[in-house]
Amino acid sequence: MHVVIIGNGIAGVSVARHVRKLDSDCDITMISAETDFHWSRTALMYIYMGHMTFENTQPYEKFFWAKNRIKLIRKYVTQVDPEKRTLTFSDGDALPYDKLVLATGSSPNKFGWPGQDLAGVQGMVSYNDLQSMEEYSRDLKHAVVVGGGLIGIEMAEMFHSRHIPVTFLVREESFWNRVMPPDESAMINREIRNTHGIDLRLGTELKEILPDENGRVRCIITNEGEEIPCQFVGLTAGVHPNIDLAAQAGIETHRGFLVDKYLETSVKDIFAVGDCAQLRHPASGRRPIEAVWYTGKHMGPVLAQTLVNGHTEYVQKTWFNSAKFINLEYQVYGDVASEIRDGERHLYWEHPHDHKSVRIVYNAATGIVTGFNLMGIRYRSDVCIKWIESQASIEEVLQNLGAANFDPEFFRSYERELVRLYNEQNNTDLKLKRKKGLRNAFAVLKS
Amino acid sequence: MSQVDTSLSLANPHPRNMSTSQKVFLALVGVAITMIFISLFGAAATREATFLWTILGLLTVGGVGYTWETYSHEAAGIKNNGVWFFSESNRGALGWIFGVALTAFYISLYWFPEWLGLNSEGPNTGLIAVFDPLSKMLSGNPASQWFVYGTFYTISILILGVKFIWKYRHSNYHKIRTLSIMFFQTAFAFLIPEFMARLNHQEAIQATGVSVPYYDLKNMWPLNYYNFDGYRIEAMTNDGLNSLTGNLGFIMLVVGISSIFIISPILTYFFGKRWYCSWVCGCGGLAETAGDPFRHLSDKSLKAWRIERWLIHGVLAFAVIMTVAVVFSYLNQHDDAGYWITKEIFTAMVSITLLGLTALLWLRPKLFSTISPNVKVIASIIMVAITGLTIQALFASNGKIFFMEDTYPLRKWYGFFIGAAFSGVVGVGFYPLMGSRVWCRFGCPMAAILGLQQRFFSRFRITTNGGQCISCGNCSTYCEMGIDVRAYAQRGQNIVRASCVGCGVCSAVCPRGVLSLENGPNTGNSRMDDVRY
Ligand SMILES: Cc1cc2nc3c(=O)[nH]c(=O)nc-3n(C[C@H](O)[C@H](O)[C@H](O)COP(=O)(O)OP(=O)(O)OC[C@H]3O[C@@H](n4cnc5c(N)ncnc54)[C@H](O)[C@@H]3O)c2cc1C
Ligand code: SF4
Ligand code: SF4
Repeated sequence: MHVVIIGNGIAGVSVARHVRKLDSDCDITMISAETDFHWSRTALMYIYMGHMTFENTQPYEKFFWAKNRIKLIRKYVTQVDPEKRTLTFSDGDALPYDKLVLATGSSPNKFGWPGQDLAGVQGMVSYNDLQSMEEYSRDLKHAVVVGGGLIGIEMAEMFHSRHIPVTFLVREESFWNRVMPPDESAMINREIRNTHGIDLRLGTELKEILPDENGRVRCIITNEGEEIPCQFVGLTAGVHPNIDLAAQAGIETHRGFLVDKYLETSVKDIFAVGDCAQLRHPASGRRPIEAVWYTGKHMGPVLAQTLVNGHTEYVQKTWFNSAKFINLEYQVYGDVASEIRDGERHLYWEHPHDHKSVRIVYNAATGIVTGFNLMGIRYRSDVCIKWIESQASIEEVLQNLGAANFDPEFFRSYERELVRLYNEQNNTDLKLKRKKGLRNAFAVLKS
Repeated sequence: MSQVDTSLSLANPHPRNMSTSQKVFLALVGVAITMIFISLFGAAATREATFLWTILGLLTVGGVGYTWETYSHEAAGIKNNGVWFFSESNRGALGWIFGVALTAFYISLYWFPEWLGLNSEGPNTGLIAVFDPLSKMLSGNPASQWFVYGTFYTISILILGVKFIWKYRHSNYHKIRTLSIMFFQTAFAFLIPEFMARLNHQEAIQATGVSVPYYDLKNMWPLNYYNFDGYRIEAMTNDGLNSLTGNLGFIMLVVGISSIFIISPILTYFFGKRWYCSWVCGCGGLAETAGDPFRHLSDKSLKAWRIERWLIHGVLAFAVIMTVAVVFSYLNQHDDAGYWITKEIFTAMVSITLLGLTALLWLRPKLFSTISPNVKVIASIIMVAITGLTIQALFASNGKIFFMEDTYPLRKWYGFFIGAAFSGVVGVGFYPLMGSRVWCRFGCPMAAILGLQQRFFSRFRITTNGGQCISCGNCSTYCEMGIDVRAYAQRGQNIVRASCVGCGVCSAVCPRGVLSLENGPNTGNSRMDDVRY
């Protein structure tokens, strides 16, 4: 069997590694036009900021690929022929396959803004994007970042790290408020505003981008008519799957490659994983495309089972995610919406003057806990997910809350404050029974 | 701004934006360093106490002021911007200059102290004379090159400790740990030995301390191998064990050895080797403070790990052989001294320990499952061989151990290669080239022992927070021990590596809150169970 994977991102690599674990005989080829070796896209900002070199962001040493007999090809695939089971590269070469895995990832959105293709205007997803950002930074006096998502704030921080003033346009009235509840969103606004050199413009949209005589961006105009001079515009208003290969191969698509529960596309023996895969039947309350690191990581081993041992279902695991806004860490476990939905209650505690908060979402009637949202405090993944999956009640969770604390040693912990808050709101008299510590965490996990 | 040599340096990546006050404070440090240079040429004025106090004052005010100016205007948090762009921290020209200068200092310290102004006859001159006033104040004696070194060492840990605390001020773990390092260095390694010297008789110091490079009270065996040296010298000059200093030397020896067998295993069991390596130890202290800007330069490759394991355990074997030889031949020569420990008892102790460890290695295969069979065989052969040869020496009529007439060359070579060349010149001189923990990682026999304890008999580990890792690599990059932390974290595996000194920096730099240093029991839960390397 020859498994061919297009894309060497986390999704493609996870498939390759797990196929090799399950089957030591088959041939594995992994193709990418982007880089010779797998690197962590998530660390892109740290290269620009000088925290790491490009080599530091590569999770596997060079010998790893040869040792695991994963053949690497650095070429761009232009065509897939499902009849002949062959790929064609841009240089005209062809490669036959038995099973094909599409792990092509995604590209930055552009919404038809006038001037969006000027020099100095770009998104930030690929290694190439990083290099051109570096090049444009050379004589950069002022940058504009458009789009208030996770990549946008990373880009703003990147420029900030090099003392390049940046204007950060966010369409929403508060940062990331379609995802974050208002309190946390406001906290992020404050965190950004505290960072001298990042000019956060909430409720502001990009209208057009104007060129100088050389065709490079000279300034942008906002929806309010304001002109902001700049030599770089970062477009970070989301990403869309790379599905160019679909049309000609006859693969059914919507926004991404449509896949069934076995991650197979409409064409037999062609599968899709990671950012580019769109689930036909997502779990309830879950999106069909989850363009995060963990999606590719979770899909990889499941698809490897399917490829080697026969059909295995991909089941979306309990949602979790994390990010860092300048210095403010964020973690979420389970289902936390930006508003309090019907039948839901939120226990929300916020530090009186520090950027720290804990939000626990639970069912008003049953008390069953469905989500945790943390700012500036780390919680233990296994414990939170165990509580959510075992439908623990808010009172049980609160009394054992210390077991969930994952902050480093000697950090002040705030579980008591949460219990007190709950007692005040509900006229109860709960006590914190478990404090922070590995032993307590194990006790909860075993129970 | 300098053009920098990184994979992506198309432009001037990182203007440093130094403020005027930062420059002023740096200039103060510069003046102090210039004064140190001037003193090497021995002008009489440099021997005034005020000269020394000016140097120390400038270093302190300049160093602390610079730190304050650098970090106080920024919010608390990780401060690694530009680390790979700056010439001093990316093995650029400044890094090399700094490395060469440090190396030169160490070479003169160990082998050419006369360059620094130590005179075998007559009073000190040069740099060492500058420190006479302070030394006389503390111990009553004129300074030696080791006193100068100890002072610089302590001052570095103190000033750069303040810098470290300020840099990592968002983390209580780092604040408390660094205060601990600063305390142990100042009190145990610097002040108390000097005061003890003052209390003791002059000759006693001469006897026990003369060839002691940087005598440090909190050092345990095998770090304090030089205790045997002092002890031997004393024993030869002072007619044996009856004198006060002789007993003192011997007691210190016994305490030193027993602490590695009793105190240390207990603490390491509960807290991991970090209780020593990044909370107490002076070498670790310097690495954590002065070495912090270079921590990312450690080699993370699998190859480096392989070299590390052979080298550090090789040094440990060397240290064991040397210690057994030295103690045995000493006891052999003083057979009639009536001391409670005789060469028979000593041989029994060695045999029980080494054979016991060998037996454990084979009888508890599950515990040692991550050791390859080859390594087990080699370790067993070495331990059995040492035991066998010691027993052989006990029954040999000539009293030779390991077939050696005299153990002096063994100690000499150990002192040269391990004590001086490795721990000093390479260990610190190469900070800007190979990272801050070269010695701790590749050479320190104490770290080797603590590491084995940590790996097999300890409740310490770094826990990984479920599947949150995004494989970014910050943890691996900033691990001074060159541990590829990410390799474990991205698999959701807890991390127990023999070499981990528990500095906690991986946990601090992780942008997703994935890592936490914890002490606790093992579980039956397979993912939570640790794989111990
Ligand atoms: C700056 C940044 C920060 C991020 N931070 C986070 C984070 O903190 N947490 C998180 O969960 N997610 C984060 N993400 C999202 C996360 O990185 C992606 O979800 C993830 O990398 C997707 O992996 P993938 O393997 O599906 O695709 P990709 O990593 O995009 O890999 C696709 C690869 O396929 C190649 N390719 C595509 N088409 C072809 C072709 N025709 N021929 C040859 N090669 C082709 C591409 O060049 C690319 O190398 C971040 C993304 C970015 C850009
Ligand atoms: S693994 Fe972490 S705690 Fe251990 S030495 Fe490396 S950085 Fe320090
Ligand atoms: S720093 Fe954190 S997220 Fe990054 S590789 Fe290490 S553990 Fe993973």
